Amino acid sequence: MKEYDIIVVGGGPAGLAAATTAAKCNANILLVDDGLQLGGQLIKQTHKFFGSTEQFAGIRGIDIAHNFIDEISHLSNIEILTQSTATGFFEDGVLTILEGYNGNRLSKVKPRRLIIATGASENMLSFINNDLPGVYGAGAVQTLMNVYGVIPGRAVLMVGAGNIGLIVSYQLLQAGIEVKAIVEALPCIGGYWVHASKIRRLGIPIYTRCTLKEVKGKEEVESVTICNIDDKFNFIPGSERELSVDTICLAVGLSPLAELLWQAGCEMAYIPELCGYVAKRDENMKTSLDHIYIAGDVAGIEEASSAMVEGQIAGLNAAASLGLYHEKYRELNLAFHRQLLQLRHNEVSESITRGIKKATL
Amino acid sequence: MRIQEHPILHFKPGKKVSFIFEGKKMEGYLDEPIAAALVAAGIKVLSYSRKLKRPRGFFCAIGNCSSCLMKVNGIPNVRTCITRLEEGMIIERQC
Ligand SMILES: Cc1cc2nc3c(=O)[nH]c(=O)nc-3n(C[C@H](O)[C@H](O)[C@H](O)COP(=O)(O)OP(=O)(O)OC[C@H]3O[C@@H](n4cnc5c(N)ncnc54)[C@H](O)[C@@H]3O)c2cc1C
Ligand code: FES
Repeated sequence: MKEYDIIVVGGGPAGLAAATTAAKCNANILLVDDGLQLGGQLIKQTHKFFGSTEQFAGIRGIDIAHNFIDEISHLSNIEILTQSTATGFFEDGVLTILEGYNGNRLSKVKPRRLIIATGASENMLSFINNDLPGVYGAGAVQTLMNVYGVIPGRAVLMVGAGNIGLIVSYQLLQAGIEVKAIVEALPCIGGYWVHASKIRRLGIPIYTRCTLKEVKGKEEVESVTICNIDDKFNFIPGSERELSVDTICLAVGLSPLAELLWQAGCEMAYIPELCGYVAKRDENMKTSLDHIYIAGDVAGIEEASSAMVEGQIAGLNAAASLGLYHEKYRELNLAFHRQLLQLRHNEVSESITRGIKKATL
Repeated sequence: MRIQEHPILHFKPGKKVSFIFEGKKMEGYLDEPIAAALVAAGIKVLSYSRKLKRPRGFFCAIGNCSSCLMKVNGIPNVRTCITRLEEGMIIERQC
């Protein structure tokens, strides 16, 4: 069985940062990702990032991903395995991976340290006919149009006016697709005003205290009924409106994709500020199990910039725990921690900071 | 349907390939996800649920939700959102 110093699961910004940082400490590394290409969420982000770091603000996510992929291809001590899903980590230290055509090949590898950077999955919403074809997660709509140039539908109802709902609405318009309306259950728009005003200027209505009640259609979405709601989130009878759409795009939040951490036996906690169950960790991203580290959205839903810095911290410290110290270990570790503090030093991040405090071992 | 013009992106699709969907010959691009090629060809229903036979379509695009499972070259339960299209593939709905 092949052994590695470090295996990184997930090739989004967090995993890429973890792998490149650990590689610079001379660890030999396997990076496993189940997508068709590396980059995670970044490869679909065509907008200029709102990232607060001096390094990345103003760059399109897709370009950040390409820079990383370029860097990684020059590091000879990182092996890359795409289209491969890590499925379990067992008491004897074996990680199982499903590879090949529809995962019909099982392989086993042994890491001395494991870094889990599996990101997040999109939340579902309950409404009548929510399983009809034409109901998409916002991430899927982005993948179709921004990565593959495929039009998911002609007329869209966007559900959720957070940053993701607003940004994806704008991207739909750029692709020449009609957005009929954006509905938001809360009394106010959650995303940044820059994004919201761009949408408003283009004449797309954003209805707050409003949600979708029912989708109609036989084999696929044909129309949707939206309805206003009161303070207790109950439908207000008589306020229903019907819109003719063929696509529903759900942007109602993300949850950490933490199955591997549960299965491996890490101590978990439900932390609403971090959007779900996360592994408890120390300040260097080590979980309750000495050989498992975490980074990125799986550690709490945040943003790409902080995911990358967490990845750097996890990579640096996982390597150090094997005696593979970066020549500037102390300075780098301090600098990364300082960067995280800086990133989280704003109003929006207050609840994240609170959540992280609760999640710290 | 495919995006023809885009203010920021330039799509460089792979080579055109043909495949068979439910006995009909169709076209898509090499290496794009099977499910993306089907959506581009106007196919929204990818399978039917086992018990209630409800239609299922593309949902998550990252291999998480099982909504896109299809039979590919005779192999059932292929996650077509993260499996690349190849020349001559035989793709069927499963139920
Ligand atoms: C529409 C939208 C707009 C955004 N805009 C911004 C922005 O402007 N600025 C900003 O800072 N952030 C933004 N973000 C957030 C940012 O993209 C995420 O926070 C970031 O990508 C999280 O990084 P990650 O590496 O933790 O996870 P991901 O990017 O989700 O990557 C996780 C990777 O792990 C893989 N994986 C999961 N499970 C397994 C497994 N078992 N085996 C193998 N591989 C697995 C996945 O396929 C994926 O490739 C945006 C997000 C969205 C959706
Ligand atoms: S669309 Fe969700 S697994 Fe393919």
